[in-house]
Amino acid sequence: MNTKMKLFSYNTVDTPIHRLSGFTKLVCFLLLTFAVMFSYDIRVILAVMVFSIAVLKVSQIRFSQIRMMVIYVLIFVLTNAIISFFFSPEEGVKIYGTRHDIAKLYGEYKLTWEQIFYQTTKFFKYFSVIPLGIIFLLTTNPSEFASSLNGVGINYKAAFAVALTLRYFPDVQRDYHDISQAQQARGLELSRKAKLTERFKNSLLIVIPLIFSSLDRIELISNAMDLRGFAKSKTRTWYTSKKLEKGDYAAIMVSALIFILTICVSVFINRGRFYNPFI
Amino acid sequence: MDKQVIIEFENFSFQYFSQSEPTLHDINLKIHRGEKILIVGPSGSGKSTIGHCLNGLIPFSYKGEIQGSLMINGLETSEQNIFNLSKIIGTVLQDADGQFVGLTVGEDIAFALENDNVPNTRMHERVKKVAAMVDMHNLLNSSPFELSGGQKQRTSLAGVMIDDVDILLFDEPLANLDPATGKIAIEIIDDIHKDSQKTIIVIEHRLEDVLHRDIDRVIMINEGKIIADKSPHDLVSSMLLTVNGIREPLYVTALKYAGIKVDSGMLPGHITTLKVEPSRRELTAWHNAIQADDRKNTNPSILKMENVTFSYDGARRILDDINFDIREGEMLAIVGKNGAGKSTLAKLLCGFEKNDSGTIFYKGEDIKNKSIKERAEIIGFVMQNPNQMISKPMIYDEIALGLRLRNIPEEQIAERVEKILKICGLAPFRRWPISALSYGQKKRVTIASILVLDPKILILDEPTAGQDFRHYTEIMEFLVEINKLSVTVIMITHDMHLMLEYTPRAIVLAGGKKIADTAASVVLTDHRIIEEANLKETSLFNLAQMAGIEDGTHFVQGFIDYERRMKNR
Repeated sequence: MNTKMKLFSYNTVDTPIHRLSGFTKLVCFLLLTFAVMFSYDIRVILAVMVFSIAVLKVSQIRFSQIRMMVIYVLIFVLTNAIISFFFSPEEGVKIYGTRHDIAKLYGEYKLTWEQIFYQTTKFFKYFSVIPLGIIFLLTTNPSEFASSLNGVGINYKAAFAVALTLRYFPDVQRDYHDISQAQQARGLELSRKAKLTERFKNSLLIVIPLIFSSLDRIELISNAMDLRGFAKSKTRTWYTSKKLEKGDYAAIMVSALIFILTICVSVFINRGRFYNPFI
Repeated sequence: MDKQVIIEFENFSFQYFSQSEPTLHDINLKIHRGEKILIVGPSGSGKSTIGHCLNGLIPFSYKGEIQGSLMINGLETSEQNIFNLSKIIGTVLQDADGQFVGLTVGEDIAFALENDNVPNTRMHERVKKVAAMVDMHNLLNSSPFELSGGQKQRTSLAGVMIDDVDILLFDEPLANLDPATGKIAIEIIDDIHKDSQKTIIVIEHRLEDVLHRDIDRVIMINEGKIIADKSPHDLVSSMLLTVNGIREPLYVTALKYAGIKVDSGMLPGHITTLKVEPSRRELTAWHNAIQADDRKNTNPSILKMENVTFSYDGARRILDDINFDIREGEMLAIVGKNGAGKSTLAKLLCGFEKNDSGTIFYKGEDIKNKSIKERAEIIGFVMQNPNQMISKPMIYDEIALGLRLRNIPEEQIAERVEKILKICGLAPFRRWPISALSYGQKKRVTIASILVLDPKILILDEPTAGQDFRHYTEIMEFLVEINKLSVTVIMITHDMHLMLEYTPRAIVLAGGKKIADTAASVVLTDHRIIEEANLKETSLFNLAQMAGIEDGTHFVQGFIDYERRMKNR
């Protein structure tokens, strides 16, 4: 099938990143995410981002695979930025304690360097999580993903549900594609020719059959799982769980180091979570 | 039989809470250790419910009221839970694809062990061992998408055998399988039975296909009651099959057409055991007396493909230089195994995909520039699963959808929908919600919703997949009616009966190339085509050979012509 159908789905390539155990990748993902979430220092955030983009390269993920995901997150982050500006345009001034006006906008709204700096930092903070998340999702096979979630203490039923969703994602995508084509043949207009409200209404004509045909699938799989003893005891083991090796320990060490460094930067250099260039 | 009873139903009844009447009435049945049992019955007969009662899905997942007793291995099932039962009885559900829980073969086989908290290293050892029993040990790291239908069946089988169960239950193992894979599935089941001496229960409505190998007893269910409990020979020679919605083996039909009384002494349960010798003369005489049907379709061409080539990635050709010419009013089959290019062919015709080179003509006119929407007005496409098409809660609205999306005035819509409702036999249901319809009726609604656009050609993807004999006949006779209204009908199918009974012509694809375009009787008797298209030889051909009729293909064609004349088509 075409590459579009592979969207979000795990791909098998043999790279050092793929070889790490799912548990390791989850721990590293969490450590690095906490690091960028904790720090409001743009230097730290950009450093982590550069690091994770380098890892992205190593794991041979092509941009075409992740384009949609990047676009969605970009839209989300930009909307978030605009809305937070309108709700509290003085946030930057409050945080950094200085005021450098650039321009007077509308009514009470003033654009300040502090606000721009604060929001840029926040933008990169969110945006730097993307490569981390993508690496984790695309290099970890869904079952290993589930076993690693379970490994860090998440209930295995919830973990397995996540894995199953990922496992069936390609199937549901294919169904969506087929249904959409058949409905277009009946006259459904999904292109820009139709109005937005019209397009929304029309997409229901695809979603409804998709839900009903997926329900059949769900009944079958849940029967199959019941019949083979799923959820009969409080714990379960995993066929795909791997023993941690040297590489795993190294990866965890590196991530932990980055995490500790960010904390240190905050505690000893910035004396707080924020980096303040205005004083 | 002196063997130990392993399953015993005693005055057993079951009623789903959602149903107003019991699905099973007063079932009494004993199954002995090591037996191989076939449970047959039409859709809705209660045969799957019996399966669910055995494996514990009733009452675990499907609630209802149980009366009487069902003992397995000396234990009353109502006192057991589904997990205990799964250690005694392993179930292979229909649709090997949908029940594939793991991401690889090994993981799928290990699923039950994972749930039992078996340590990782022991799990890997055990998986290897069981995989070897079904010949899958070299494919442990393959994903379900890389497997053939037979390999998927083997994997599901290993997944339940890993628990070392005493009983194996197969719930419609043949549904969704092509004929060749179905044959292999039956052989795998039989081999496991012979090697392991496990008790085997097969639930299926495709009698002849299951009887490809030995069966100890056949239990026939209809309307929730046991109608018969006989050996295959006794059952096949009784009059019970057709009246209970089960198709009798084709060779038996042929013998009956020839005026031969089929009795159990002829051992007619399997084609391999059948004694043909005594009836040889009658069979030959019948065959020689059949007049060939020489009606030829001489209508002008309606759809033509010329040198059509297509690939998704520019490298591997999904369709390679396809040529054919279909005449107005034809009814034909497109066959070939999964991945042969059948669905892609339909997609090109509907305009869902564009051919890389070559031309598609509709009545001599190149349709390259017609959009999906425009093509739909000449070529309608019906998907296999009606649930994938239905998007409105009411029948009327569903059928009107295509017209409404084309902004046709409501009075005209009413008129056209009304006409289609009549043609499709749905007029009494016009104000019904679709959810109240049976599967077959839903299928009809989807066909109606396409026909309302007044296409001249109708393409159906597997119109009869998973249908029992009655529903199959209903759908096919309906399509014959549509065909008589001069709609050309093209069916993508694996169903060999469909080819024999309804489509005089079949186009066979293999590896993206057209390997045959000829009469169904030739397709179903030519070894090379059978192999490349994952079909199997029709038992009529075997019958002809056993009776010493030299030209088997001619015999099969004779059967088709005879039947068509009988049904007056």
